Amino acid sequence: MASLAAVIIGGVFLGSHAPRRPPLTLPVVLLALAVLLLGVGLLMITRVADFSWETWVRVGKWALLAYVLVAAMIEFAFVRNHTRGAPLVVVTAMLLIFALDVPFLIATTVARYAD
Amino acid sequence: MSAVVQESPLPGLAGDCLWERDQLHTIVVDPSAGAPPRQKIQIVPLKGLPVVAVLLGFVVYAIASNKLWPLMLCHVAGGALWTSIDLFVGLAVGPIIGGMSPPSRAEFSAKFMPKMVIIMPTVVTMTLASGLQIAGHLGNLKIDAPQHKWLIASMIIVGIMAVIALGVLEPANITVLWEMNKPEPNPEIIGRMMKRFVYTAGITGIMQIATLVIMSKVATL
Repeated sequence: MASLAAVIIGGVFLGSHAPRRPPLTLPVVLLALAVLLLGVGLLMITRVADFSWETWVRVGKWALLAYVLVAAMIEFAFVRNHTRGAPLVVVTAMLLIFALDVPFLIATTVARYAD
Repeated sequence: MSAVVQESPLPGLAGDCLWERDQLHTIVVDPSAGAPPRQKIQIVPLKGLPVVAVLLGFVVYAIASNKLWPLMLCHVAGGALWTSIDLFVGLAVGPIIGGMSPPSRAEFSAKFMPKMVIIMPTVVTMTLASGLQIAGHLGNLKIDAPQHKWLIASMIIVGIMAVIALGVLEPANITVLWEMNKPEPNPEIIGRMMKRFVYTAGITGIMQIATLVIMSKVATL
């Protein structure tokens, strides 16, 4: 959830500066933090005994499909609003982490109680 | 709460039911009574997917065309539905579910939760994807626009709601449905997840009230 919060804060920051070119320091720091936190989350679930990986994959892949579509729509909105260059790269990376975070949360919650 | 199966002083009730120790009434569980098998719950109602596709297709059209009326339709309709559903579920449906018997609660949840899986992400996507574009269209994002600070406030509130909805509410929703599809659902897990679902729906509903005030301010400045 902290990873998700980081990308959403970054997204709000970038959105609040639209259509101007935003300062990228904070978004990049938040993006790096989000990636780190997602990695920590993945590491943590590998250490859970009897974690239902089959359930995790089953739920995660469909949730991933849904949130890739949502992220693509938001990306489209940013591109349509003339976001270009480095800000677009940062937005794209944040949306990628967003598209991974939510399925991770859904799949992990379901798998945690699967057995 | 714990799930216990016991005989009941109420003859005639049969079925594959679980109950909670702190309930005043008990329900008989009689496997020999030939209770009908529980239907598997379709976690994502497939019949709803074409409707979702049409709505999201309209959002894409609205963004691509950059015309104000379809953007406004997506944003207002999506936002109104999102707010209304959050408030209604959190403040009305939640307390009602809390007062229902466990079998009734289970039956209601089995029909209600799949619809929420498909409705909520759709209305949220409609609202957010069109909102940023409308703000740009109307010039409200310019730093000297009178609505600018209100829009920033709205983005912050929406950001918090998004974290709660995506991080807590939706995982709880899916977990309830997954658990209910098991041969022997654990009522403690279902109860815990339903509480999370209802409480967070209430919290986001109350935050939605702040969004309503802000949007009214933005529209009238």
